[in-house]
Amino acid sequence: MSEQIFHDSTSDRTYRARRISGRIVIYGILIVWAIISIFPIFWTITTSFKMAPDVMKGNMVPWWDYTPKWLGWRSLGLSPDTIGNESTVREEFLKRFWNSAVVAVSSSLIAVALGSMAAYGLSRFSYRFGFMRNSDISFFFLSQLILPPVVLALPFLVLYKSLGMLDTRIGLILLYTLTVLPIVIWIMRDQFGSIPTELEEAALVDGLSIWGAFLTIILPIAAPGMVASFILSLVLTWNEYFFAALLTSSHAKTLPVMVASQTGSQGISWWSMAALSFAAILPLIVIGVLLERFIIKGMAAGAVK
Amino acid sequence: MSSEGDLLHVVTADQISDRRRRFGKTIVWGSAGLLFLVAFLQAADHNGWLDIGFETWRPTLYAYVLWGICLCAAQVIERGEHGKRTLFVLPATLFVVSMVVFPLLFGLVIAFSDWNLSSPDGRQFNGLDNVRQMWTDPFYWNALKNMVYYTLAIIVEYAIAFGLALLLNAEIRARKFFRVAFLLPLMLSPVAVSWMIGKSMLENRFGPIARLLRELGVENPSFFSTPEVARMMIMLMDAWTYIPFMMIMILAGLQAIPRELNEAAEVDGASVWRKFWEITFPLMLPVSITAILIRIIFKLKLADIIINVTSGGPGGATDSVTSFIFREYRDRSNVGYGTLLAIVYLIIIAAAMTILIKAVDRWMRPRY
Repeated sequence: MSEQIFHDSTSDRTYRARRISGRIVIYGILIVWAIISIFPIFWTITTSFKMAPDVMKGNMVPWWDYTPKWLGWRSLGLSPDTIGNESTVREEFLKRFWNSAVVAVSSSLIAVALGSMAAYGLSRFSYRFGFMRNSDISFFFLSQLILPPVVLALPFLVLYKSLGMLDTRIGLILLYTLTVLPIVIWIMRDQFGSIPTELEEAALVDGLSIWGAFLTIILPIAAPGMVASFILSLVLTWNEYFFAALLTSSHAKTLPVMVASQTGSQGISWWSMAALSFAAILPLIVIGVLLERFIIKGMAAGAVK
Repeated sequence: MSSEGDLLHVVTADQISDRRRRFGKTIVWGSAGLLFLVAFLQAADHNGWLDIGFETWRPTLYAYVLWGICLCAAQVIERGEHGKRTLFVLPATLFVVSMVVFPLLFGLVIAFSDWNLSSPDGRQFNGLDNVRQMWTDPFYWNALKNMVYYTLAIIVEYAIAFGLALLLNAEIRARKFFRVAFLLPLMLSPVAVSWMIGKSMLENRFGPIARLLRELGVENPSFFSTPEVARMMIMLMDAWTYIPFMMIMILAGLQAIPRELNEAAEVDGASVWRKFWEITFPLMLPVSITAILIRIIFKLKLADIIINVTSGGPGGATDSVTSFIFREYRDRSNVGYGTLLAIVYLIIIAAAMTILIKAVDRWMRPRY
């Protein structure tokens, strides 16, 4: 081998060094933030398999400094040895879980249906309801976002009481639909705005009615936006605590209310709380991991015009 | 998108007979009449003039729903194609109006009364007593002041979110993994977060963070005993859940910036720092403002974490307005006072948001 003739110039070499150190910094920050984001979830999962001494000693890594036990899950009646038996706690948990699921899914569905229709109408036709024109109607819908839930909470408490709708799922569903409707309309308005009107024009020429064109031509194209707004609504309604805590007591209580009611009474028996919390967040973690791109699409819709 | 013109041109030639039109009018007014009749009967029953034996006000609700359906149907019956277009917006409008406007008007009535739901007396009109009580209630003003602090924390959240979005937008491997990992906190319910972080990780004796601080030499770390630290902890927990939200909006904005601009600046020899301040940041201003405004709206609803972690303590130092009203109702079950506080809060934030939006609008589009 002869001596190397061509060298990188000094400026190129400093560039490479800078680039590598830049990479290290970027990945360093990314990894640190990933740990910040994931550690509480990891902590909750591992704690649900701990026993009292493990909690006191602050053991963290399973199989390395403690042996996982089913203690927390047994108290929920969800561990392998109790899953076949009768368990009142599990029944309670499953009832709350079912309530949450019913309320979240149906209110999101209603919101997506109502919101898509309204957004479509607003993006295609000009309306006049009295002094309200299209932009006023849009503003009316979006301004509901500013309305803090606490303003509606107490009037609804009284109204529902006189209507006999306290502690019913339908009452919660209606309120939740109201809270997510502006977000759905926002996302869907963006979605419909990006679909050219020529599509409907062609469909109308071919003899479809306007609703026929909407249902058979436009909705399939707007499906990704609908999925995105549905999932965002699902996240918000599944996690909602404030209305549920005020308006439900025994029958229609949702999962967050159950989790909240347990936190005070448990003391240091962290394992059962951890199991309960983890069971409550698991569905959304699954949705988050699997459907991440829809969530991002939904949130990005309003951002970029 | 806010154009007022007919975006979709449809020529309609509807032959609507007079009978059809009359039928439409009949069902609307008929159902409205039914609604008033039922409401009147119920009111009479409620006040004891008549004895029909209604248990709840549900019949009125059903009559109202029937009227809503008739109104929607009448649109098509009376106006044909034009009615079908109205039908897109009408259901949502009716829904929102009945779910927001009526309760708000009703709330205005309760706000000026003393109404303890558990007492048998029912509603007592008490004029401006609630206002006077609010004026001298230090906890309410304290909660409002806390909301200002909580809202100001958004600036820091924004800076962090922007930084993370820039990193995610850089050429990195495993971008999808990082994106999912960063997004996860947003998916968790605040109630679960308040246990996971507030009650267990920040526990004074066994929590991992207290342990870490003790390792670092802090004696007796406690997170919720002094007002400043407790408030800071609430801010941190809330930031942890919502930074991903801003981050994703900003990331979407960053990805929409055309590459050519950055390439041109590179050719001109701009440093990374100048490229950021003179290209990326100015181009990101509209997106940033949207993200911050939405974040403020969400922040003003902050309550779940406070209710579950500190329940306002120590001494109301961490209270947000929502959590304060929640406790006020829980402790005394007085609907009237709580509603007044909520309505005052609504007026304050509606005014503040309007001013903010107008100011931003003027600043973004200066008229010379």
